Order: sequence, then structure tokens, then C-alpha cells
Amino acid sequence: MVRPIAGAAQMLERARHFFSSLPDIVITTAVWLVFAALIIWAVTSEAQLVVIGIIVGSILALGAIGLTLIYGIMKFANFAHGDTMMLGAYIAFFFLTGQVARDATEDVELPWSLGSLPGALEPIGKLTFGYGLIISTVVAALVIALLVVGLDRLVYRPLRQRGSGIVVFAVASLGLAMATRALMLIIWGPDPRLYVSGIHMADKYDLGFTTITLKADQIFMFAVAVVLTALVYLLLFRTKLGKAMRAVTDNPDLARVSGIDTERVFTWTWVIGGALVAVAGVLLALQAQLNPNLGFVLLLPLFASTILGGIGSPQGALVGAMIVGISQEVSVGINLSIAGTDILPLAPAYKFSVAVVIMIFMLLLRPQGLFGAKA
Amino acid sequence: MKADRLLTPLSFLAITAAIIIMPAERSGWNFDSVISFLTAFATTVAIFAVITLGLNVQWGYTGVFNFGIAGFFMVGAYTAAIFTKPPAESEFVRYIGGFGDSLAFLPFLDSGQWLPFVFGTAAAALMSGALAFALSIPTLRLRADYLAITTIGIAELLRAVVLEERGLVNSARGLIGIPRPFHDFFEPDDYKFVYFGIAVLVLIIVFLALEKGIRSPWGRVLRALREDELTTAASGKNVFAFKMQGFIVGAMIMGIGGSIYAYERGSISPDTFTPFFGTFIFWAMLMVGGSGNNKGAILGAYIVWGIWTISLQLQGYDLPEFVRSRIFFIRDLLIGSLIVIVLLLRPAGLLPEERKISLFIGRDTGPRPREPTTEPEPTDKPPSG
Repeated sequence: MVRPIAGAAQMLERARHFFSSLPDIVITTAVWLVFAALIIWAVTSEAQLVVIGIIVGSILALGAIGLTLIYGIMKFANFAHGDTMMLGAYIAFFFLTGQVARDATEDVELPWSLGSLPGALEPIGKLTFGYGLIISTVVAALVIALLVVGLDRLVYRPLRQRGSGIVVFAVASLGLAMATRALMLIIWGPDPRLYVSGIHMADKYDLGFTTITLKADQIFMFAVAVVLTALVYLLLFRTKLGKAMRAVTDNPDLARVSGIDTERVFTWTWVIGGALVAVAGVLLALQAQLNPNLGFVLLLPLFASTILGGIGSPQGALVGAMIVGISQEVSVGINLSIAGTDILPLAPAYKFSVAVVIMIFMLLLRPQGLFGAKA
Repeated sequence: MKADRLLTPLSFLAITAAIIIMPAERSGWNFDSVISFLTAFATTVAIFAVITLGLNVQWGYTGVFNFGIAGFFMVGAYTAAIFTKPPAESEFVRYIGGFGDSLAFLPFLDSGQWLPFVFGTAAAALMSGALAFALSIPTLRLRADYLAITTIGIAELLRAVVLEERGLVNSARGLIGIPRPFHDFFEPDDYKFVYFGIAVLVLIIVFLALEKGIRSPWGRVLRALREDELTTAASGKNVFAFKMQGFIVGAMIMGIGGSIYAYERGSISPDTFTPFFGTFIFWAMLMVGGSGNNKGAILGAYIVWGIWTISLQLQGYDLPEFVRSRIFFIRDLLIGSLIVIVLLLRPAGLLPEERKISLFIGRDTGPRPREPTTEPEPTDKPPSG
């Protein structure tokens, strides 16, 4: 058994050698061209799906930026990130409505919640929600930020002090992911929930070559994502903390001997990552629904975005999330057929698998990602 | 220190006491029903212990980081099922394969009663191993966590394929009526003991083969590259090939585990192979038992499945409604927290890894100086260029 495997391994070695001997610019350009071609094709033929993809991508970007910062600065894959995202959405739901599940069919409602503020549920303009949800989101972001910092103190810091490897952190985060999901199920039950129920009308927009329909909520999601991404950019490149964070990403040991308090940087990374992912969770729940089982599924597009953009690179995560979001949504419209026979109708169930496929191709071609430096 | 040494036997005894007393009390101290409950419990433990042993080869010995056990488990179970079932006939039940009866004509000892199962298990191991081979190509050379992310993705992708492609393995409805080895030779009431014997036999074979393998030079190379890839490479070992072998052997064992799971249940559906049930509990089993120790893997399977079973049993008691309706979620919370607690308080698990592994020199079972899960210092760039 060993011989054919060794033979195959050798063959792979040659293939890999061929790829790594190509100038970096060739592969990067090729990858970019493929994505650009796909997106141009998609924009012209599936404009509606592309627009939804951009919105999903901007939500994913908020999660992926946090994930890539944690990955780059603390050097571990946080498998609890998807579930933290969903927990953020649920905490906002809790502050908005005060509801928790009593049993499978019935809810308990607390006597007071942010939703009972005067006019808190009145829709703002064409949006479906009122200012209550916005305040709840801010509160949820704070709660999640505190929670992840607490978990860092309780779980990750002792592991760090012991000098554990990346894998120990990853297994610990997997345990936390499991616990977080279970906690959501205990408190809010397994049935999907919505912030605002009812049917919401979408507006038609004429783009010249085609018309698209878009809800006001979706424009709001995109705007929030853009503003928060810009804030993260300013934080990273215009503040001293951002400089320290980038230094730790590049070389933690060097940063430490240069007098940077790495523990403080770690804490702020959790705060930023936690707050961003909580907001992302609320936006995602607005676009889709609140569902405790969604958290783990979300990990795949989040990690795909992170790897695509290059670990530790927030601008990479943004671009990666856009590519993953658009590919996911457009994949639903793909129906390859030859001579009238469908050969590859991609079912919606494969949506999340698109992220996996993109990720594997990226790992094969350029494991350091689009924006990562070559080792 | 003394309390520390008592933890392993105490946790074993506590779980054992609970899984004997709870069903005994609920059945009114009926001996037969307790025995049949324990047999079912032990059969499942044996099956899951096989899969945990597979994970132990990958993670405990080779340091390969597989978060997609569900995928290998599922491939094993489905392969075994389509190998042993008769071909699909109905319009509403569609699946590929169905080779169950094609070997029955062979003249030894009513071959239809056992031969297809041997082939089914072998095919399950091969398919699972082939999947591992294909996956190792893009990821095994990169940082360990990339493999973890990719395996999660592949496991979910495979589950999506199984759910979506109706002609493949009957999608969401799953496969039912999977034949069982030697089923027609025994009374239905006695069969569970027979299958318990089969599961334990498979577990013993896998365990002995692994003990032999890990105490061989091959096993020592795996351990060496888990601890330090660079040094192993400098000693002239082909790190990539050995890692691949460890990954594939582990995946094949998971495939075998999947096949005996399919025979035992008689029906499988994609619901079983979710990340939670198909992957996490095996990690919990290995972390609790002690990664890098085959006996630990088996003990971990026993304890975690014991907790699982106790939570099922608790449903029969008069609990407050709040707890009763959430017992499964509380169990999940418990198992998730258990992983974290073990990592923090007892990183080596209940049965720590043996320091020396050799067929010739005496065994030294003292505690290891370092925690077994220590990886080489991570670098920020993947070691690819």
C-alpha cells in the first residue's frame, strides 16, 4: 500500500513544485482574472442574484474581518465564530422582544424590553424595523464583546500561558461552539425566529440593462457593513492600537520585545471581532432568519472568505467575503445544460458547498490567499 | 495528586453505576431488560470506540487535524449499506449498488450470511481511505488548521450531495433494511448478543493492529512527526508520505466503524452524520479518554457515550418540565463544556499517552513531561513556498 501512495505523493510533489515555481504574479493574476470573468458573466446574466450576493457578502465580511483578525493576531482558527454570530443575533432578539422559550410551543415574555420603549417598533421609513432593533444590536454587540473577552480570560489565556499549539486552541473553540449552540437551543428553542414577522415588499430598481428588486432592509445591511468596515480600516491604519495589532499579526515575538502589551492587543481584538460578528449576526438574521443551527454552517463561508483573502488581512477578508457571497448566491441560478439536457442543476442545498470548493481551489493554487504574502 | 490518580477509576465507576442502576430501577429490577439494555449500550460503545481509534491514529499519533469525521463515518456506513443490500427495485427507493446477493452462490458456510459483510466493510474502508487520499493532496502540506477547515467543509458537502442527489442513496429518507451478518442463524432475541460479539471482535482486531503498528518503527515515525516535523524530515523521513499514511489509515478505520454502525442500526439517514453527532462526539471521546492512547480512546468512548445514554435515561424520570424538554440540549452543553474543561484541567485526558512505545522495551506509563497536544510552534505563513 505504501508504494503507490509514495508514488502519488511524488507526483503531487512535482505538480506542486510546478505551481510554486511559477512567478507569484502569474497565479495571482490568473486567480483574479477567473474571478473577474465569473463576476462579469454573473452581472450580465444574473444581476438580481449578484446584488443579493453583494449584500450577503457584506454581511459575511463583518464576520470574516473579525475571524481574520483573531486568526492573524492570536494565530488560531476560531471555530466558535459562526455560533458567536448567531448568539449575537439572538441576544439582540432577546433585548428587542424579551422573549425566551418556555417549551416547544410557547414563549415567556419578560415584562419590559427595548421593544416596549415608545415607538421602538415603528418602522423607520421603508425599513421593516424601528429604532428598538438598532439599540438592541448595539447592546448585543457590547454583550458579545464582553462575553468573548471573558471566554478569552477563562479559556484561551490559560492555554496561551501554557504554550499550547494552534490545534489545542481550535479544539477548545470547537467545544465552545458546541456549548454556544446548545445554549441558544436551551434558551430560545430549535424553531427559527424572525425579528419582524410578515411579508415585506421589495422595490424595483431599473439598472438600464435589467431591473432588480431590493428591500430597503437590504440596502440598510449593505450600508451598515460598509460603515463598519471603514471604521475597522481607520482603526487599523490610523490609530496606535491598530498599529500594534498589525505588528502582532506580523511577528508576535518581535512585537512583544518592542514593548507592545500583547495581552492588551488580544483583548481589543476580541472586542472588535466580537462586536463585528454580533452585528453581522443581526444583519444575517434580518436577511434570513434566527436559527441556532445556522451558526456552524456559517463557518464555511466565513473561513472560505478568510482563506481566500489571506489570513490576517482585513481587506482580504472583505474581498474574499464578496467573492464567496456572490458565488454562493449566483450558484443557485447556475443550470449548465448541454443540448437541452440538464447536466448540472445546482440545487440551493449546495449554496454553502460553493464556499468549500472555492476554498479548496484556493488552497491548491495559492494557500496564502489573494492578499497574503508568500512565505 | 492522589485525588488526581483516582479520577480515572472514579469516573469509570460512576458512569458504570449510573448505566446499570438507572435502567434497572426503571424496569423494576428486571434482570433481562437490564442485560439487553447493557448489550445495546456496549455494542454502540464498541462501534464508536472503533471510530475514535481511527481519530486517535490521525490526531493522537500523526497530529493530523480532522474535523470532518462525519464525512468518513458517512462514506463508510453508506458504502457498506449499498454493498450488502439487494438492488433497488421500487420507483420510490433509489440507490446505486445493491450487491448483497451476488456473492451468495459461493459454497462456503452459507456465504450469503457473512461474505457480503466482509466485502462491505472492506469497501467501506477503501472508499473512506480514498476520500482521505483525495483530501490530503491540497491540505496535508499546509498548516494543520487548514485541514480541519477543509474536512468540515467536505463532510458538509458530502452530506449535501447525499441529501440532494435522489438517485444516489435515496436522499433524506436514507436507506432502511440493511441486512445484518448471521442474522438468520439466530433467534431475533439472541441476535443482539451475536452482534455485540461481532462489534467487539472488530474493535479488538483494530485495537491490536494499532497497538502493533504504533509500537513499530512506522508508529514511531508518526509520533516523531507529530512532535516536530522539521526534525523528522531532517532524519530522512518523507514527512508528507507518512502524514498521508496516518491520515488514510485513520480514515479507513473510521470507514470500518461506519460499516459496522450501518449493520447494527439496519437503517441510516443523513441526519446521523451532522457535524454534531458525526464529528464532535468523537473528539469529545478522544479528548476525554486521552489522545495518543488507544486504551484511552476506548475509555473515552465509554464515558462520553455513557453520559449520552444517561441523559436519554433521565427523560424517564420525573424532572421539572424546563429540564425535561431541554435534556438533549443540556447534554450537548455538557459535552461541549467537557471538551474545554478537559483541555484546561487535564489536557492529557483520563489515560495519558505512554512515554515509550516499543514492542521490546518495558512500558513506562508515567505522565509525559509535555502535554501531548503540543504542536510545533506555529508560523504565520503556511510552510508551502
